[in-house]
Amino acid sequence: MNVLIAGVGGQGVILFSELLSNIALESGLDVKKSEVHGMAQRGGSVNTHVRFGPRVASPLIEEGTADLLVAFEKLEAVRYLHFLAPDGRLVYDDYRLEPVPVQLGLVPGADDADLDERIARRVGKRLMVPAFAAAFKLGNQRVQNVVMLGAVSGFLPFGEDACREMVRQMVKPEFVELNLVAFDRGLELATA
Amino acid sequence: MNRKLLSGDEAIARGAWEAGCRVAAAYPGTPSTEILESLAGYDGVYCEWSVNEKVALEVALGAATSGVRSLAAMKHVGLNVAADPFFSAAYIGSNGGLVVVTADDPGLHSSQNEQDNRWYGMAAKVPVLCPSDSQEAKDLTGLAFDISEEFDIPVLLRITTRIAHSSTVVELGERAEHPPRGYVKRPTKTIILPAFARARHVDLEGRVDRLRAYAEKTPWNRAEPGDSNLGIICDGVAYQYAREVFPGASFLKLGMVHPFPVELVRRFAAGVSELVAVEETDPFIELQVRALGLAVTGKDRLPRWHELSPRVVRRSLTESEPPPEPEQGLPNRPPALCPGCPHAGLFYALQRQPVIVGGDIGCYTLGALPPHEAMDSCIDMGASITFAHGADKALGKDDKRRRVAIIGDSTFFHSGITGLVNTAYNKSDVITIIADNRTTGMTGHQQHPGTGRTLSGEPTVEVDTARLARACGIEKVVEVDPYRPTETRKRLRELFEEPGPAVVVSKRPCALLVRLQDPPKSVDREKCVACKTCLRLGCPALTMKDGKSHIVATLCAGCGMCADVCPKGAIS
Repeated sequence: MNVLIAGVGGQGVILFSELLSNIALESGLDVKKSEVHGMAQRGGSVNTHVRFGPRVASPLIEEGTADLLVAFEKLEAVRYLHFLAPDGRLVYDDYRLEPVPVQLGLVPGADDADLDERIARRVGKRLMVPAFAAAFKLGNQRVQNVVMLGAVSGFLPFGEDACREMVRQMVKPEFVELNLVAFDRGLELATA
Repeated sequence: MNRKLLSGDEAIARGAWEAGCRVAAAYPGTPSTEILESLAGYDGVYCEWSVNEKVALEVALGAATSGVRSLAAMKHVGLNVAADPFFSAAYIGSNGGLVVVTADDPGLHSSQNEQDNRWYGMAAKVPVLCPSDSQEAKDLTGLAFDISEEFDIPVLLRITTRIAHSSTVVELGERAEHPPRGYVKRPTKTIILPAFARARHVDLEGRVDRLRAYAEKTPWNRAEPGDSNLGIICDGVAYQYAREVFPGASFLKLGMVHPFPVELVRRFAAGVSELVAVEETDPFIELQVRALGLAVTGKDRLPRWHELSPRVVRRSLTESEPPPEPEQGLPNRPPALCPGCPHAGLFYALQRQPVIVGGDIGCYTLGALPPHEAMDSCIDMGASITFAHGADKALGKDDKRRRVAIIGDSTFFHSGITGLVNTAYNKSDVITIIADNRTTGMTGHQQHPGTGRTLSGEPTVEVDTARLARACGIEKVVEVDPYRPTETRKRLRELFEEPGPAVVVSKRPCALLVRLQDPPKSVDREKCVACKTCLRLGCPALTMKDGKSHIVATLCAGCGMCADVCPKGAIS
């Protein structure tokens, strides 16, 4: 299975990928995860590739073959749509973070309705999850990633409990409770 | 079985620990940084952040000569800095195993070029190992120590960003202790005076000949038989991409690309109808195959620049359907200075001033981009000061644009000090600004000689940049606070008017290092006149909304730089 995770540097894409790939590892599969550190992390567009199965060669997902695209921000969702397989699924947060050059008025921004239209035109299986808003309501916007994990858990072959267990193992002890609540909130949002 | 997901960097650290490595040194540099960060978590290995890569390699060479297994890690361009001791180390040899890790960056994710450091192995006559996943990264690290000791030679372990930052499954082993071999005085080996070095060169060629024979028989250079119509010769992550695209083909996978296994390649080529070299950036393997007089394709079909990927390999080598097109017309999202970044205040102070600014390597290189555009060059670590000095000598007094250098604190320790001494000694009027954010920012907050802490977190001497600048021969040293951009701007203007060199220490901790506790700022819409002065900070939390300046509360770090620059007092 090929899962591409997209977002903006600082949104927690890397922890999400770490959780997902370790859940896959625990289930006995071969796993490869690829990400980029350094300059791109400074508020830039970031993406992480996670692949798992009986045997994985390339750490990179090929365009047109992602089974699942998880996007933490709507513009970033659209930026990576071409990675989705024809029957691939998109789970995205419609939260918007304007690129800095747009905020500063240096280049025109993307129109919200236009982004919606591009998603609708290109993807059949799509689910919008307001994960940032949910995380903000829970009192910590940084759990957006675990809300997203809860939301996509139903589309992964591992089961909810395997996901919860990994959250317990990998999140700092003082944040485990909050993250488990965030996970459940994501589950609810996906099934609502 | 103890399986774990490790990045290539973490796997190299694990491999070094299991192989009994006792001394390791590095300067942080993406994508190599996590090697030492990870290795420092193991017992029994002394680890340090050296001030630069040349120092790190010399430290490792000194330790290896003293009889213990030692490692130096760096990004690809770091090996340029360390090239001098690297070439000497080949003559001198090892005693305790000496492994040099180079992390190349095809695709320039966080670098200034795409140089292919496999050539360094050939140039310095040092064996080169290229892992293609984390398990191999761990295993080849161990092998590199063995080869180094068996053949009395340093070994270059070459990874790329996709190996360094991809996590794959690794089986963990235990540490094998290699008792120190002790220091034995061997001047004809370790002192490369011309008379001794002449003999060492002959000796080195003999060692390389023995390694040539080794390359033919090592199981790490292996043929994987498949369809004989297509034979692929490859190394590193390119192997994984080619495996993905041609699962049934015959493969010759090289774990050791230098010395080149000539006979193995000839045998493999004889058994396939078509031979293709699949490798990233330069045709390192391909040229050596061609030198054997064998028919091979490679860079005539595959790109010589940027990263390979399964798609690039497929598109280049097969008649495949074109891939789905990315959506067009979307705004890019380049990296930007973080909310609360002290560099933003400094660049605000420099905007629209009559200056020529030599830039350097770090987060602050982003000051070259809009809205700051406060930089004229970025060359390599430490080149800001020397570039400005050269410009000063060329332009002379007639050109009124003041020559300025901007360099980070960690970069200053890395290679700025010599340049600063040079400006003082050779009398130029350069204003050197040390953007001192109390850490090595871009690579993720590593300690350096100015932070007062070592890699392992122990307290140590805190080298004072201002005193150091004075000792370099610069008498005028001033300190500014970039969180007060207006005052900083005024102070810089004064300095630009005064003759003679100066050093400005712009001091504030990185906003990610010291999370500010101040509440988010907000804009009084009544007072705001939409002059957009605040936007010139380039802060990600600042934008325009309904014709007035607006602060995105969820992003704001509360630093107050925007309040400082607002001419109407509209921000608080």
